[in-house]
Amino acid sequence: MTFDYHEPRTLAEALALLDRYGEDAHLMAGGTATVLLMRQGLLRPGHVIALRAIDELGGIAHTPDGGLRIGAMATHRAVERSADAFAYSPALTDAFRSVATVRIRNQATVGGNLAHADPAQDPPPMLSALNATVSVRSSRGGRSLPIEELAVDHFTTSLAHGEIITEVILPPIEPGTRETYLKFLPRTADDYATVSVAATLRFAPGGTIAETRIVLGAVGPTPIRARRVEDALRGQPVSRARDAVDLVRDEIDPIDDLRGSAAYKREMARIWTGRALAQVTR
Amino acid sequence: MSTHRVAFTLNGDRRELEIAADRLLIDVIRDDCGATGTKLGCGVGVCGACSVLVDGELLSACLLPAVFADGRRITTVEGLANDELTPLQDAFIREGGFQCGICTPGQLIAATALLAEQPRPDAEAIRSWMMGNLCRCTGYYGIVRAIQRAAGPA
Repeated sequence: MTFDYHEPRTLAEALALLDRYGEDAHLMAGGTATVLLMRQGLLRPGHVIALRAIDELGGIAHTPDGGLRIGAMATHRAVERSADAFAYSPALTDAFRSVATVRIRNQATVGGNLAHADPAQDPPPMLSALNATVSVRSSRGGRSLPIEELAVDHFTTSLAHGEIITEVILPPIEPGTRETYLKFLPRTADDYATVSVAATLRFAPGGTIAETRIVLGAVGPTPIRARRVEDALRGQPVSRARDAVDLVRDEIDPIDDLRGSAAYKREMARIWTGRALAQVTR
Repeated sequence: MSTHRVAFTLNGDRRELEIAADRLLIDVIRDDCGATGTKLGCGVGVCGACSVLVDGELLSACLLPAVFADGRRITTVEGLANDELTPLQDAFIREGGFQCGICTPGQLIAATALLAEQPRPDAEAIRSWMMGNLCRCTGYYGIVRAIQRAAGPA
């Protein structure tokens, strides 16, 4: 590792540094992933631009419409302990509490997590199931994108160089919606998931399923939205859930690794999607 | 490589150092400040041997750029006891909360952070919090008992 370190105090200053150093610059949020990647020689930036001193990137609070805003530099632990986040959705609290250990959660940030785009992370599937959008700024202006459009492959996002994630916006949750985050951990409690499932579901007045979003982690190159399962559930009574869950096996693309074979993960994805649905339809 | 003037307190003592951008807090604490109580274990944020408190927050010194320490208050195992051991340190001795001792500084720091946040944790809360501090000797029973003893009844 040999680089120049910059610690801008405003977003405008950070964006100017990104433009000045171009591809030779890399952002650092909490640093948990960046430090490891640099020490392993997988990342060799000439300039590291730390975002920690930029106050406008912090904070977690309800939005006026009943949604939630999470600043990109909010730590995982800040979300885990936020009363506003818990009031918004206890499942969101669960997802952030599921990450690694207290030490990592004290350092790792929400924006850093999303930019790192490791498909086995806990927050992205839950944020996706809650229909989050991500706000992004560059020196040319700002844009926001659905979180599903952020990760495009293993450790790869759709962000252009020169863009910084500034916040995650969660829309108000429709009354009557239930949410859950389940993480299958057959090895140790601080591990990445073998498979994780985030689900939200709302019943129509007649008792059929009005809306559901199901997103799986650790079983593909990005978090995977189980759209076929969702489509098979909408408008149907809960008794159809068992058949619908079987469809998840064909929506995912797991790999063989030390957390299990691809075939095993496919089967576990089916079982844990079923368990997640049982939680939100109970 | 850029260098940076970094000022922080280590166990109450003010330190001011000129450090290179790529230094990690674990190396600055041990090599530059001579406080070798904090151990380097896995070096990838998993084992907890390098646990330190930064402004009271539990962090892995092996993952923390030392420039992040600027303006902060760092507490390591050397900073826990004054003239007497803390109740937690005493309880680790009485309950057999260690054997070889390599993980003990991290265990003590992590447990100190736990008790600061949850003064009366139950065994489940202790196990959940301490899950990130590995110990190959004790089987963890003595560690959990020591923290329970220091905390008093849940």
